[in-house]
Amino acid sequence: MHLAYPAVLSSLLFCTGLYGVLARRNAILVLMSVELMLNAVNLNLVAFDVWLSKAARDTLHSGQALTLFTIAIAAAEIGIGLAIVLAVYRGRGTSDIDKLRDTAESPDDGGPDGSAPDGSAPDAGAEAVTDEKAEATA
Amino acid sequence: MTTTTLAVLVPLLPFLAAAAGLLLGRTAPGFVRPLAVLPTLAALALTVLVAVRQGGGASIDAATELTPTGSVPIELALHVDGFAALVAVLVCVVASCVQIYSTAYLRDDPRYPSYAALVSLFTSAMLLVVYSGDLMVLLVGWEVMGICSYFLVGHYWETPEARAASLKAFLVTKLGDVPFLIGLFALAVDAGSFRITTVLGAVASGGLDHPTLIALLLLAGVAGKSAQFPLHTWLPDAMAGPTPVSALIHAATMVAAGVYFVARLLPVFAASGAALVVLAVMAAVTMTGSALAALAQDDIKRVLAYSTIGQLGYMTGALAVGDRGAAVFHLLSHGAFKALLFLGAGVVIHAAGTNSLAAMSRMKGLRDRVPDAYWTMTVALLALAAIPPFSGFFSKEAVLGSAEHAATGHAEAIPSSAGWIVLVSGLVTALLTAAYATRLWLLVFRGHGAEAPDHGKQPVVMNAVLWVLAIPSLAFGLTVGVVPDWFDGRSLTPTLTTSVLGTGVALVGGLVTYAAWRHTTALAAGAPLGAVAAHPDADGSVVEAEAIATHAAAYGDIAYAPDPADPGRLLLGPLHRHAATGFHLDAVYAALFVRPVTAAASLVRFLDREVVETYVRGAAAVPNWLGRAVRRAQTGNVQTYLSALLAGTVVLAIAVVLVATAGA
Amino acid sequence: MTPVAAAATAATQTHGFLSPTGVEIAFLLVGLVTFGAAIVTVTTKQLVHAALWLVAALGGLAVEYLLLTAEFIAWVQVLIYVGSVVVLLLFGLMLTRAPIGHSPDADSGNRWAALTVAVAAAAALVWVVVDAFRTTWVDLDGAPQGTTAVTGSILFQHWVLPFEALSVLLLAALVGAIVLSRRTARTRDANTRAQDTNTKAREGNR
Repeated sequence: MHLAYPAVLSSLLFCTGLYGVLARRNAILVLMSVELMLNAVNLNLVAFDVWLSKAARDTLHSGQALTLFTIAIAAAEIGIGLAIVLAVYRGRGTSDIDKLRDTAESPDDGGPDGSAPDGSAPDAGAEAVTDEKAEATA
Repeated sequence: MTTTTLAVLVPLLPFLAAAAGLLLGRTAPGFVRPLAVLPTLAALALTVLVAVRQGGGASIDAATELTPTGSVPIELALHVDGFAALVAVLVCVVASCVQIYSTAYLRDDPRYPSYAALVSLFTSAMLLVVYSGDLMVLLVGWEVMGICSYFLVGHYWETPEARAASLKAFLVTKLGDVPFLIGLFALAVDAGSFRITTVLGAVASGGLDHPTLIALLLLAGVAGKSAQFPLHTWLPDAMAGPTPVSALIHAATMVAAGVYFVARLLPVFAASGAALVVLAVMAAVTMTGSALAALAQDDIKRVLAYSTIGQLGYMTGALAVGDRGAAVFHLLSHGAFKALLFLGAGVVIHAAGTNSLAAMSRMKGLRDRVPDAYWTMTVALLALAAIPPFSGFFSKEAVLGSAEHAATGHAEAIPSSAGWIVLVSGLVTALLTAAYATRLWLLVFRGHGAEAPDHGKQPVVMNAVLWVLAIPSLAFGLTVGVVPDWFDGRSLTPTLTTSVLGTGVALVGGLVTYAAWRHTTALAAGAPLGAVAAHPDADGSVVEAEAIATHAAAYGDIAYAPDPADPGRLLLGPLHRHAATGFHLDAVYAALFVRPVTAAASLVRFLDREVVETYVRGAAAVPNWLGRAVRRAQTGNVQTYLSALLAGTVVLAIAVVLVATAGA
Repeated sequence: MTPVAAAATAATQTHGFLSPTGVEIAFLLVGLVTFGAAIVTVTTKQLVHAALWLVAALGGLAVEYLLLTAEFIAWVQVLIYVGSVVVLLLFGLMLTRAPIGHSPDADSGNRWAALTVAVAAAAALVWVVVDAFRTTWVDLDGAPQGTTAVTGSILFQHWVLPFEALSVLLLAALVGAIVLSRRTARTRDANTRAQDTNTKAREGNR
């Protein structure tokens, strides 16, 4: 098999995950996109491992070993990530990444809490919508 | 100990006392009074010892060069001749009296420790000036005195008058000191040394190239320090300081430093006839003008201040006719009786609660409240008016005698014009001096009207000091036969002509004033002025500070109280208005110097605020706008940041690949 | 010319892109499905659907592993990703009260910048990868490279120390997740208030 096939597929999957990380609003969807990127890397690792083992240039199967480690670490990462998202959600009532703008200095008053006046109202609205939807589906 | 060691110790003791006083003032207040009084007394003993040992013989010279400084060496030199020895005794006597007097006068003043230390430092600087044999070292003492004067005049810095007065004193004397410094350099370049002995040797051998220029430059500094016309305007205002300071600095010692300096370097001045004439004119204008102004003042201390200026005029007049013996003789006797007058005035101000003569003339029995001040001030005023046999008579007659000597052409190398100028103005001033002395005495001690407030007895040390100073005021004239031993040896005994003339005009002045006072005193009841003492029971310095602060409010301008009962007003007639303000010199200076400088300052301010600032603001605005633009990128959205980061990474990666493939 | 390069040249001569083998056709088709599922995952407006499409993408990848003869990895992929990670994600969606159904605001305003970056990155990566590996041939015949026996032997012969270290890491992650998700009194209060009055709750947690 041509090595280009898995390599190109891995590149495309990686960039898809990249798009998801950059474009998704919900933090859990961002985590899913991160999983996609990790898997693209895994595919690359496996493909190159197979190629190099066949060509007898690598006898340790380091690609496959690393893939296993990556999977383990990804599992840990998803656990931690979800815990963080849940903590944020509990504290702020939202898991939308673009609502978490505490690092920005508001251009109006220059204080670190500057986002409070314009930040709270949309948050409340968004969560109200969320609640409504949750109830509607339930 | 050798005489040299003793002489070195003289300025050193008060200096150490000042340093210790400044260090211990806060932590150990109990040491402040001994530290102020004892070293000064010790210095007094040493100066007396030095004067006795020197005995008018050959001058004591010693010098050590600390480090080579370039072309003209600067040495720590000592030059004690008869003049130095006696002037040092005067300085120490007055300083001791003032220190003792201050312990009572500023008893409860919170700033007494620094005050006492500054007085000690001042004493040390003055003694350095007196004993120094090197002009640069002399200049050090000269400037230290200036800064001490600044601090002490501004002792009551809470009052705006004191602040303004201290600044004015400092600036005006510095104005004279700049040409003085240049003159010293020119003198040193011409003579090749800063040593006084070397300089005098060079003068004697005709080694000076520009005697007139040097003499005139030095005269500017002398005029500033000794309050001679036209740089005298700071001295009346300097009366905003505490009375002991006025007695020490602005009557007896610092203002005499200029006269003493000229006396030391008299051959330099005598080398230039023009300088002597300038000195004579300066002295004449100063003494007559200040005597007229003294006659018109309402503030007792300002009367004394103008009187000081006039007496210093006598001394410069004596120098102008080339008789430094007479000048220093008058300096010594004047130092004693003027210090006494100021200290007595402090007692009177304390008792009366005001420093306005108009207010005092409406108090009955002030002399019974302060009998010691009454008697001693009477003695001092008689000395000031040059009534025989008081000390002022002998010293003033010495000046007038030498002026007559020069006027009749008996003194070689002295222009007879200088002699005539000094003689005529001296006689006129003698008349005026007697007039204002009489006026002062009558207004203070012969008041009518309400009973003077009773503040109890004055502190005993203050009265004791007055009596101590009354002795030289009374009897210093008797030394007229001995003192010339210390000086050039020229006789200081009064001559018959000038004695008769001087005493005659003085008596005339006194009697005319008495007659005028008898005439005006009836009017006194018509214009009652209440004397206000804000703190009747506090010690003297508090009363004085209050008096300074309340004076303008109660009596109008500090120099001007419209009092019809004032004999000076009757005597001076239309001149009174001008004399009261010191002949408008302050206004002239304001118009000539202050206003142009203020205008230039506002112009510069305008240029800075409106022109330069515009560029600065422009330079600040552009980065500000850039910052605002860049700030929009800071959204707080992590995804935006990440997008930018990754976009940059992609661009970099593509660039690397392109470079790699292009190179391959 | 090295033997490897010679073999590569020979492979290029023998295996053209226009005559794919059966494995390659299968790989290509499954790859297309996987890529499509991934695209839908990152673009769908329905959050739960995204998770389900993620299952499809990850499952497709498992098949690709099988085609590359890495059996053990394939089964691990199915077990861990499809079995646990996606389930975790679904739980996360539920716990954060993600909207079920069509939500128009699933994408942030950053999407066009994201698209630009992603497309540029994809173009660059594909170009470089293709340029570098268009002649490389992987010989899949012979003994499979990723059987459980092979993987087990290399993992516990050569990689045993990293393997053990990884267990410590997993333990740390476990503890961390517990600590993070534990409900303290403060967050519980804040949460209660957040459900009552959203605005006040936000300010209280600042």
